[in-house]
Amino acid sequence: MIRYFHKALADIRSNRFLNLVTMVTIALSILMVSLFVLFFETLGRIMDGWNQEGRAMVYLTPEFTTDIRPELESAITRLDGVVRVAFVSKDQALARLKNQMAGSNRFLDTLKENPLPHAFEIQIQSRDGFESVAAAVRQIKSLDMVESVEYGREWLVRVFDLFQLFRLTGYVMCVLFLLIAFFITASTVRLVFHSRQSEVEIMRLVGATDRFIKMPFYVTGLIQGAVGGILGLLILFIAYLAVSSGISRSMGELFHLDVRFLSVTAMGGIWGVSTFLGWFGCYLSLRQLLK
Amino acid sequence: MNLDTGKNAIIRLFNVTKQYGGKPALQNVSLDIEPGEFVFISGPSGAGKSTLLKVLYLAETVSDGQILIDGMNLARISPARLPFLRRRFGMVFQDFKLIPTLTVFDNVALALDVAGKKPSFIKKKVMHVLRITGMETKVHELPPTLSGGEQQRVAVARAVAGDPDIILADEPTGSLDQASARRVLEILLAYHKKGGTILVASHHLQQLQTVVTGRSIVLEKGRLVSATRLEPYAT
Repeated sequence: MIRYFHKALADIRSNRFLNLVTMVTIALSILMVSLFVLFFETLGRIMDGWNQEGRAMVYLTPEFTTDIRPELESAITRLDGVVRVAFVSKDQALARLKNQMAGSNRFLDTLKENPLPHAFEIQIQSRDGFESVAAAVRQIKSLDMVESVEYGREWLVRVFDLFQLFRLTGYVMCVLFLLIAFFITASTVRLVFHSRQSEVEIMRLVGATDRFIKMPFYVTGLIQGAVGGILGLLILFIAYLAVSSGISRSMGELFHLDVRFLSVTAMGGIWGVSTFLGWFGCYLSLRQLLK
Repeated sequence: MNLDTGKNAIIRLFNVTKQYGGKPALQNVSLDIEPGEFVFISGPSGAGKSTLLKVLYLAETVSDGQILIDGMNLARISPARLPFLRRRFGMVFQDFKLIPTLTVFDNVALALDVAGKKPSFIKKKVMHVLRITGMETKVHELPPTLSGGEQQRVAVARAVAGDPDIILADEPTGSLDQASARRVLEILLAYHKKGGTILVASHHLQQLQTVVTGRSIVLEKGRLVSATRLEPYAT
């Protein structure tokens, strides 16, 4: 294997330009793929955060009295997915409202009686998407003394649907970029093979097996894929270092933003795919050429 | 024409015919070659000399007839076994067929490398054959920087490096000056004296047959027209 590795390095040196172009093309393709993965990993974390911190307000009927609060609170707590229940009395709700409308809350003082209902502020954890949340909400609605449940489900579902569509488009783009890397590798192998046709013929004349002829090409493909993959990830990491702190600072105040670089698993996966593509491009080309 | 019917023949041809697009390059050639024989194949251009060598190392397949190499029927050799057959031959061509991007050492080493020999053995053996061929001072040179005679000596070194049973030489001295041609022949003769079977296809029969005992085979229009024993002239 070591001798094939040495041969492959010698081949790369003797066809520097072609091999460099291939590695740069693979690097750019991997850069685009990693960029998509990084973007969707980050967006996915944000969405998960929203999903997991699903808050809902359970408004109670006017007939509700604080005597029945423990019973109702425990009924809600027992429901699947409900992780936190906090009672908000109508007085607390009015105080919050006044606080939120600080400066223009004088009209609230003119109210003869508090129009706000008692409520429970609950947190529902979604384990497997919105269906479990929706089921919990339906169960709460069916409880006695519950007037209505306000939950920002509608817009979140739309955002999630949009995200899924976006993610699908991203995956398609990833596949396209990987295909580009694959075709470039395959084409380079063909060009190099044709430029070395007479050399291959001589090898055959002295008794070289197909394996002996192919192995240096395979190793070259693996090196191209591996180096291209590392290069692509490295470029993305440098860009990430340059941009991430700025993004966190400017957008972190708008919503909770957990910006992290690709996980080791994702990087390993991308690098593995890149290396595999380098080899696979060689494999398919040589299969055709050495029929 | 069947010259000898030696049971120990290392090469046996039975009514071998080779056609290119309907035109015969070889017609019903039958021939036995004993191990350790030195065989000259001569004849005018287009007589089928090169074709005869090509069908032996399976660069071409025969249209009809059969060839046995050391009892092995070439028609039954699978593509996967072909490299192993070729390792039994050492081949020398008029155009040398050296890889221009590899050094003299690496070109010769290739014959052993393909056979999976160990690097230490390859180094020792390559230096040995380069010494025999007088090319030991050029080990790091690339073929294009060498003269024709030197390139052919490298090609012969490669041919003998793997200690093949048979050497097939197609016009090995065709593009060389007299001194270089003589040097190449001397190397082939030295290998022959060690027991190697050698087939040389050449126009320059006189030059070759002055130095060795062997057999001369003449081809004309693809047919084997004569076979005679040769004795070296006094030189």
